[in-house]
This record gives sequence, structure tokens and C-alpha cells, in this order.
Amino acid sequence: MTAVAQTMQPRSRPGVGVRVWSFARRHALTVYALLVVGYLMLPIAVVILFSFNDPKGRFNYIWEGFTFDNWIEWDSVLGLRDAVVLSLEIGLLATLIATALGTLMALGIVRHQFRGRGATNILVFLPMSTPEIVLGASLLTLFLNMTSVFALGFWTIFIAHVMFIVSFIVVTVKARLIGFDRHLEEAAMDLGANEWTTFRKVTLPLLAPGMVAAALLGFALSIDDFVITYFNSGGDQTFPVFVWGIARVAVPPQVNVVASAIFLIAIALALANVFSQYRSAKRTQGAT
Amino acid sequence: MGSFLHRHKGLTPYLLLSPGILWLGIFFVIPLGFLGYQSLQSGIFPTFEFTWEFANFTNAISDYHEQLLRSFVYAGIATAACLVLAYPLVYWIAFRAGPWRNLFLLAIVAPFFVTYLVRTLAWLNILADEGPAVGLLRNIHILGEDGRLLATTFAVVSGITYNFFPFMALPLYVSLEQIDPRLLEAAKDLYASSTQAFLRVTLPLSAPGIVAGTLLTFIPAAGDFINAQLLGTPKQQMIGNVIQAKFLTSLDYPTAASLSFILMAAILGALLVYARAVGSERLTG
Repeated sequence: MTAVAQTMQPRSRPGVGVRVWSFARRHALTVYALLVVGYLMLPIAVVILFSFNDPKGRFNYIWEGFTFDNWIEWDSVLGLRDAVVLSLEIGLLATLIATALGTLMALGIVRHQFRGRGATNILVFLPMSTPEIVLGASLLTLFLNMTSVFALGFWTIFIAHVMFIVSFIVVTVKARLIGFDRHLEEAAMDLGANEWTTFRKVTLPLLAPGMVAAALLGFALSIDDFVITYFNSGGDQTFPVFVWGIARVAVPPQVNVVASAIFLIAIALALANVFSQYRSAKRTQGAT
Repeated sequence: MGSFLHRHKGLTPYLLLSPGILWLGIFFVIPLGFLGYQSLQSGIFPTFEFTWEFANFTNAISDYHEQLLRSFVYAGIATAACLVLAYPLVYWIAFRAGPWRNLFLLAIVAPFFVTYLVRTLAWLNILADEGPAVGLLRNIHILGEDGRLLATTFAVVSGITYNFFPFMALPLYVSLEQIDPRLLEAAKDLYASSTQAFLRVTLPLSAPGIVAGTLLTFIPAAGDFINAQLLGTPKQQMIGNVIQAKFLTSLDYPTAASLSFILMAAILGALLVYARAVGSERLTG
């Protein structure tokens, strides 16, 4: 081994310095990347860690000892369970509707030339360029001025969520549509498929990853949203609104338990997805 | 249905768009009208009257210009910090992470899976006076004997940076990931150094991602009030804190509504300046 390295050395000497330099630089970037990932993970680790804390007083700021009690009695805090259920219901329903509306809009905008296209683009873009607090406040003024139609609660939260999610869906699906090879559809039509069949058998499967990504983003935005929900929830509490209320007093470790549980479920699903993508990528590699 | 659409091909886009447009029209555009109506009213809760009260706007600016300016400064610093943190990471994921790409991408979105308020509260644990970060910084004399991290501008800005980081990183990744590696090979074949290839090929091609990321980070950051509330003191209050308190605590709807408009106008103004600098095509995709 050493002999090989020695005989190799003279021939590759000019390249070694360059290679070491590029290796070091590659490493510097890797180290930086991993540090940033560490920074991103740090608060998550703290949330999970403090879900096992056994605080002596009311405040869950300092580590005092390990316990499973918070996990076992996670819903011993009044109102916590209801808040979690409401968040999940709103998240699922709003994502479903917003994904449908957003995908249709993306198809309309990308695939067709029509009068008002620029205005539609702006209409989609504006809610994203409006701070959440303005979205929440303006919607609240609508609901307050039309109390006979809208009572603050489940449905106003749902309306608000669909409204602010839908633009993100449009943008995500649009991005997928723009990079879309239309020759595949033309080929399907050439082979005798009609428009609906082409849409079902070619467009939709190719679009599906974009729609799934959009829906995941939408769901994440929905269950995470505090500001818009806070303005339009009336007395109802989603999980974030519940946390805001209790943060004024003292946050019990059970809040960390719920946040950790949501995180772990989401990450497990996402990991499963990553893993299946990895496997299918391997399979297609094997096939070709 | 199919034959109907065949005969009226021009209708298809409107059919596709109308549900979404209706939703946004009723629950986004019309409420802005109500907000405008509210901002020109005068009176005390619960009896407001529409009186074209433009003084609401001038009063709001003279009373709260400090918080408004602070919001933009904090949001600007946080956006820049996000870009500096995110670009190398995302570049590394797109070009160097190989089969681990999706895993690291997941790491970027992972903070999203922890409720916003809870992950902000986690910074309370990290930055707490008795916590490890303060202890370390005091030991190496970066912080004084009773120096604090919590309840400072630093805490608020780093909270904002952390919370909106994925908004910067994801569009950046999308634009970097789409870059055809053959373009970089071509640059190398034409004797470009790695630095040149980066500056002349990669960076310009990732510009749409930088633009999108900057917008998606800056806008919510400027309207944020959670970080200032949980990690700061009244000295770090942003415009969002004022709007929220006026709307939901002191029930001063007209002032709250006019402040909302001022915030929106200021952001749109900043956007226009930004659009001129980068070109408007890139802005709306």
C-alpha cells in the first residue's frame, strides 16, 4: 500500500495541492452545513428534552429532573386535548379544499392565455405579500361587520386558513407545471388519448408530487398558524392559540409533549416518504 | 361537458380559476375594503362612525413611527442572516449531499413541524439567564457578569431569523436544484475556475430563489409580533405588537386598521423598490 502510494506520488504531485485544497474547501462547506443543521435542530431538541422535565415550580425553563409523567398524563391540562383536536380538524379540511382550489388555479394560470391573467397572478401573489397580521385583522373586520352571517369559531378559522394557504398551493403547483414536459401530453394525444384521459393518465401522475408537496406545505402552515387564527377564532382554541393563552401564565411541560408528539409523527411520515423515494429511485436506476 | 368545453374553449381557464378567485375575492379583497372602511372611522368602542377620519393615519404615524421603523430594521437583519445561513447549506445539499439530499431537506423543514409558538418558547430555555448559552458567554467574557441574552434585541432578531429560515431555504433549494450540472461542466470545460463558475453560472441561476426567499422571509418578519412579545421587552416592540394590542385588547379598531394599512403600504413600497432592483418578472414568477 505504501509502496503504491510512493510510486504514485511523483506522477500526481501537481494535482495533490489542488486536490487537498479542494478537499479542504469541500470540508469547510460540509462543516458549515452541518453546523447550520445543528442550529436548526437545537430548539427542537430542547422542546423534546423539556417534555421530560420535572419542574419544581410552575415554570418549565430550567432542567430539574427526568420523568415520563408528562407524557402519560398529557391531557391533564384543561383544554389541551380539545385544542389539539380542533387544530387537526381544521388542518385536514382546509388543506383538502385549498389544494383543490389551488391546483385548479395553477392549471388555469399556466396552461391558458386569457384576459385577466396578470390580474389573477397579482391576486394570488398579494395574500403572500401581505403580513399575516393584516390578513387576520381585515378578515376580522369582515366578520365583525357581518355578525349575522359569520359567528367566530370553527368555520371562520377554516375560511381564514383556506384563504391564506391557497396562494402557497398555487405557487408550489405552478412551479411543478412550469417545468413540465408538454411533449408527454402531446405524445399521449397522438396515440389517441382524449383530453380527459391524457389529464388522468399523464398530467395528474406527473403533477401528483407537486400536489402532495403543496398539500404538506398547506397542512404544516395550517396547524402552525397562530396570528390569523388568533384574530378569527372567537373563543375557540387551536393548539397554538392555547399555547399563547397559557404562555402568559406558565407553560406546562404537557405543551412540550404535544408539540413533540406532533413533531415526531410528522417526521416519521416524512422519513417514510424520503425512504420510499430513495428506494424507488434505486429501483429505476436498477431498471435502466 | 367535454363537448361543451370544446365549443367554448375560452371558458376553460375561467372555470378552473373561478372557485379560487371567488374565495380570495370574498375573504381577502373584500375584507381589505372593510379594513379601509374601519380605518376612516372615529369614536370609541362599541360605537364607531364613518367620518373620513384621515387624522387616524397621521396620528398613527406620529405615535408609532418608532415601532414601524424597528419592524423593518429587525426584518431586514433577520432576512440577511437567513440568506447567509441558508445559501451555503442549501448549496451543499443540492450539489454535495448526494443520496442524503432529501434527508437534509427534511432537516430544513423540521422546525416547521414544531408549533411556531413552542419553538419560540424553546429559545426562552436556550437564552435564559440561568441557561447554558448565557453561562458560556459570561465565562469567556463576551457577556458581562450580569449580561443577558433574553429580553434583548439580539434575542428578538435571532428568534425571527430562526422562525422564518425555511421560507428562505426552500425557494433557494428549488432554484439551485434545477441547475443543470452540465452547465457547470461546460463552464469548467471553458476553463472557468470553481469561483468563476459559481459567480457566473450558479449564482445568477439561483437569483430567482434568492428573490423569492427574501420576499417570503421579509414580509412575514416585518409583521411579526410573537418574537418581540415572547423574547423581548416593550423596548423591542414591533408594529405587529401595536396592531394586535389595539385590535384585541384596547379595541381601538380605527387606529389598528390604519396601522395595518400603513404596514401594508410600507411593505408594498419596499417591494416596489426591490422589484425595480431585480426586475418585476422575477417577482411574480
